[in-house]
Amino acid sequence: MNLEVLAVDDSRTMRDMIRLALEPAGFTVHTADDGIHGVEVLGGLAPDVIITDINMPRMDGFGFIDAVREQNKHRTTPILVLTTEAAPELKARAREAGATGWIVKPFDPAKLIKALQMVAG
Amino acid sequence: MSDPMAEIKASFFIECEELLEAMQDGLEELDSGESDIETINVVFRAVHSIKGGAGAFGLEGLVRFAHRYETVMDAIRSGTLSIDPDLMKVFFRAADHLSDLVRVSRDDGELPVAEGEALIAELNAYLGAEEEDEEEEEDIEFQPMGLALELDLGGDDVTMDADLPKPGFTITFAPEAELFDTGNEPFLIMRALQELGPCDIVCNTEKLPELSTLSAEIPYLSWTITLTSDVDKDEVLSVFEFVEGLCVLNIEQNSGVLELPPLDDMPDTMDDEPSEEQEPAEEASSPEKPNGALEVPDMKKEEPQAAPKAASPKETKPAANQQAASTAKSVVRVDLDRIERLVNLVGELVINQAMLSQSLESAGLSPHSDAMNGLEEFQRLTRDIQDSVMMIRAQPVKSLFQRMSRIVRESSAAVGKDVRLVTEGEYTEVDKTVIERLADPLTHMIRNAVDHGLEETEKRVASGKTPQGQVRLSAAHRSGRVVIEISDDGAGINRPRVHQIAIDKGLIPADAVLSDSDIDNLLFLPGFSTAQVVSDLSGRGVGMDVVRTAIQALGGRITINSVPDEGTTFSISLPLTLAVLDGMVVNVASETLVLPLNVVVETLTLDQDNLDQVRPGLDVVRVRGDFVPLFDLGQQLGYRERLDDYVNSVVLLIAHEEGHRAALIVDEIQDQRQVVIKGLDESFYRAPGIAAATILGDGQIALILDPSDIISHALSQTGPITMPQQLEA
Repeated sequence: MNLEVLAVDDSRTMRDMIRLALEPAGFTVHTADDGIHGVEVLGGLAPDVIITDINMPRMDGFGFIDAVREQNKHRTTPILVLTTEAAPELKARAREAGATGWIVKPFDPAKLIKALQMVAG
Repeated sequence: MSDPMAEIKASFFIECEELLEAMQDGLEELDSGESDIETINVVFRAVHSIKGGAGAFGLEGLVRFAHRYETVMDAIRSGTLSIDPDLMKVFFRAADHLSDLVRVSRDDGELPVAEGEALIAELNAYLGAEEEDEEEEEDIEFQPMGLALELDLGGDDVTMDADLPKPGFTITFAPEAELFDTGNEPFLIMRALQELGPCDIVCNTEKLPELSTLSAEIPYLSWTITLTSDVDKDEVLSVFEFVEGLCVLNIEQNSGVLELPPLDDMPDTMDDEPSEEQEPAEEASSPEKPNGALEVPDMKKEEPQAAPKAASPKETKPAANQQAASTAKSVVRVDLDRIERLVNLVGELVINQAMLSQSLESAGLSPHSDAMNGLEEFQRLTRDIQDSVMMIRAQPVKSLFQRMSRIVRESSAAVGKDVRLVTEGEYTEVDKTVIERLADPLTHMIRNAVDHGLEETEKRVASGKTPQGQVRLSAAHRSGRVVIEISDDGAGINRPRVHQIAIDKGLIPADAVLSDSDIDNLLFLPGFSTAQVVSDLSGRGVGMDVVRTAIQALGGRITINSVPDEGTTFSISLPLTLAVLDGMVVNVASETLVLPLNVVVETLTLDQDNLDQVRPGLDVVRVRGDFVPLFDLGQQLGYRERLDDYVNSVVLLIAHEEGHRAALIVDEIQDQRQVVIKGLDESFYRAPGIAAATILGDGQIALILDPSDIISHALSQTGPITMPQQLEA
């Protein structure tokens, strides 16, 4: 199952970790540093699934999800929010913005893959 | 390379340093009262990212503390808590603690638990009771799932495989429109359910309207799934976690007792079971098409307004954040060793180039020959390369200054003084090695300023000063050097006491008559300590003499300027880089010596008219109406006795500290050129006036002089300074 993933996170460590977790599992991973960069990178891609952090400079995860959902071709692209916060309000907000699901950091690579497969097929 | 995890971890700690710096900046901005909501966000994000990374590496102590810190930050962000000076102090200390934790975690050291607990308690106090111990990070459970090869989603009213009573669940699942808006997909959810156990999936199509009245936006289908599995209900729920609230979901646990309805249905379906396993899958996907198909009408509908709508937020937001964007440069990480190697190589290139130019010259080539022209170009390129390489190592002193602000906080707290650190020129760039080696001397001087420089609060108030003392730390480029100043607005050096202590300690004879600056310089004598009570702060057995030695080792100089009741300023003047120097090569008493070009103001030849003697042993030269002290470099370095006659000698006019000038006699000026600085080994005697050495184009070794040191020495002493005794070329 070769899925193409766009991971947006302002932390280099997190980006590296996501890459490390997904690439051996056959995923193609693209990364971006924040929401604005994410939208830019997305422009040239058709990822099967998007992973995004919430707390980011310039444009946060909510803004990013909004921006993605605004594009018709990404109206149903699965978006997983990667967050350290598991608070229900946050989940509600993420969902309101159009997030498909969420993963709590620190993530277990196996679980992340599972969740990606779950939302992206 | 090696373990990828270890590499990421290493890069995490580097990232942490950057985050800590951003955080420190943010806190200072908050403290200055010039903050906006973005400042708090920056600090929050920094702590948050540290926490996130730390969690990934199982650094629990770090996570725990960062989490507490972040929670308080969040309270400020959300406006439930406001910033006051006390909270700022806690924040600063928490930031310090956080950076300790990061470093200890990096070095696998012992976490300072007690300190952390105390700070956590303080942070908690701001939160009130309710946040104490809730929220253990929860996790999402996904069941192990092998690859599902048979995708049997039930089609219209299909049931199967209900042979035996088994424990399991009956799930009714009716997606709402929002489920699709969030990018979820019933098909994938059902597939995930199948990972838990065999499923009977029945698609309920009764709500499906006539095609003519069907709206693409509304999901009409629902499913009843009978899952046979002995997993617990939470696991089943976890499959639906992402869609909870976006669908009508009912999950009933079946006890394992045989249920009647499936039995009734069974005979009908038994016969053509195999084919139905295939077909329904296809059928199931077509009822779901509303989700996929809805894009078509929608696209048409939205297209006209979608474009401007999409464009406006995307274009305004970057503009609003232009500032943030402009500061975020793209960066490459390079191992310092590699740069070190490059610097050395460029150094060798400079030497090599000098040798080449010398041999071409001695071969008698015309200066206008192609070879000489080419060499000129080569020279220019070498210099450009050199500058560029130096730029790689240059870093703003900011990180150093930030460390100092912590020193001020800690040391002022230790002695109970209210001190504010003001920094200037923190973007001044200095060679990284210089910055690193400045940390210790600066730390010591800052402690000194807080401990000895500034008066007690009551004393300040009594003398009409603000209760809060100020320590100023500044950096600036000044004529090819970096000048770092540490000043306090304290009482100034207590000269009578310093004088007395020096006498008591036998450092100077009791009857010595000293000028103010002589007395100030006593501070630099080994074994001098003014503190009457050795505090645990600055009285750590490290004196100003150690500071001076460290600065000198960097090719720098340190001077004191103190005004009673106004304060004391220490100035450190450093070379921009430790690697190369624009030098003037001179001959003195058949020795070849190099002087830093930037201190040479002008050169002149002495004649009877501009030469004068103030008293025996002190000659002056008249330069455009000024009298400038004149010394023979050869004599000062101990190469020769005093010259009988100075007339016709070549002198270099040297700019020496703060506008003072002095003239040095040399025999001949050879050249101006770049030289590579080669440090003198520790085992050499540290001769005053000698800064380093270099290798010249002809392979000869020449000493690099520190003219200021020579001049101050000459001015303060009558005799010549001693020859370096162990120096062996």
